[in-house]
Amino acid sequence: MSLIQPQAYGREDAGQPASLCPPYGSTVARSPSQPLVRIPHTPTETTGPTNAWPRLMGGSLADLTTQHKAMPQGQRIIVSGRVLDDAGRPVANTVMEVWQANAAGRYIHQKDQWDAPLDPNFTGAGRVITDAEGHYRFVTVRPGAYPWKNHHNAWRPAHIHLSLLGPAFATRLVTQMYFPDDPLIEIDPIANAVPMPYRQRMVSRFDIETTQPNWALGYLFDIVLRGRDATPFEDGHDH
Amino acid sequence: MTTEQANPAPRLDNQDPAIFGQTPWQTVGPFFHYGLAWKGGADLIGASEIGARPELFSEEHYVLAMPAPKGDIPGEPIVLEGVVLDAEGQVVPDAMIEVWQADAAGRYADGSRNTGFTGFGRSSTGEDGVYRFRTVRPGAIGEGHAPHIAVGVFGRGLLKRLVTRAYFSDEPANEGDPILALVPGERRDTLLARQVQNEDGVAVWRFDIVLQGANETVFFDI
Repeated sequence: MSLIQPQAYGREDAGQPASLCPPYGSTVARSPSQPLVRIPHTPTETTGPTNAWPRLMGGSLADLTTQHKAMPQGQRIIVSGRVLDDAGRPVANTVMEVWQANAAGRYIHQKDQWDAPLDPNFTGAGRVITDAEGHYRFVTVRPGAYPWKNHHNAWRPAHIHLSLLGPAFATRLVTQMYFPDDPLIEIDPIANAVPMPYRQRMVSRFDIETTQPNWALGYLFDIVLRGRDATPFEDGHDH
Repeated sequence: MTTEQANPAPRLDNQDPAIFGQTPWQTVGPFFHYGLAWKGGADLIGASEIGARPELFSEEHYVLAMPAPKGDIPGEPIVLEGVVLDAEGQVVPDAMIEVWQADAAGRYADGSRNTGFTGFGRSSTGEDGVYRFRTVRPGAIGEGHAPHIAVGVFGRGLLKRLVTRAYFSDEPANEGDPILALVPGERRDTLLARQVQNEDGVAVWRFDIVLQGANETVFFDI
């Protein structure tokens, strides 16, 4: 019996970056030179560690501002939105891992040697789990921009790293969320590895409705994963 | 001033239906270790701490999961390890490898069981570029399919995950595997893990990952 899936996940859309993007220097020696081998989906691609996140990366850790003795420095923000598939259906009960630099643009990582202050009250790592409608929400501080060595006077725009498993091996996604009106986005080789207008999918929206009076600014950011393909897979590869 | 005047027409952004679609991939960058790679993430059968790089940040900033007991996992325990290399043959010390595999009976965990084998693991590479998992040798997922472990590669300079599969070099079923059959014959070797030694009676399988250049690993478009 064939295990080639008649209802596989859709392929990546036009908004995905290529692996090789020479303006982002590190891609030059780390991207494949051979074409990818396209394969049909088998259970290997259509299954995933669903519901296993409590035993893997751990449970929810949705407030990055209360992990230490005092409040971290910086602008407190609420990031919320939904995880959806590309047909607009909610992805429920899935884990999203979050990590970021502090308000000064410094990571707690030992190899981040930029001369900006560390904040003893900010780690910058957390996790959220989507509810039945795909909603998530976390509280953090707005990360700062920081310089990097990619080219002369290179600065990364402020961003939050997001990592999602989704329902299957094929739906894995790691992305970065950017902030509106950040002039660094337009000159950032990593953001610009994504062609326009798709790059703008990674720019969050300031939202007064989810902003809480006298407490924190609200930003909206929906994440869209690959969904089940509506068109049956042609069985040409099955042998 | 009206609200309309105060809010000029918004630029295209994440919330705009006109550009709704898959969220683009971005690199994990070099500083993912305190956010993704938990202690024990690379041990799918035991409670060791392999997989993390806790030496790269101070202990008070460790907020990731701790190793969890897995119970008695049926099957042949193995080590799967290898080095990640770039186009110049340099080791890649800031990569992260994920694996997804069936259990020894060829079944993928469906998430309904609350203990035991999840089949998912995560390992950072060390300064030597080496990743290392402890797991069980998977069974075949169905007739005609050869046992394999799905592998995802992440890191600085990888804008999106690279996907490959580790097959076992001594497995007769490799001959008929429908995915291996799609790979040009001269490149198929790059998908074969090879048993290199025994460590305390556990077979160590070597699966190096070459991102580019001579012997470049076959990566899949899934």
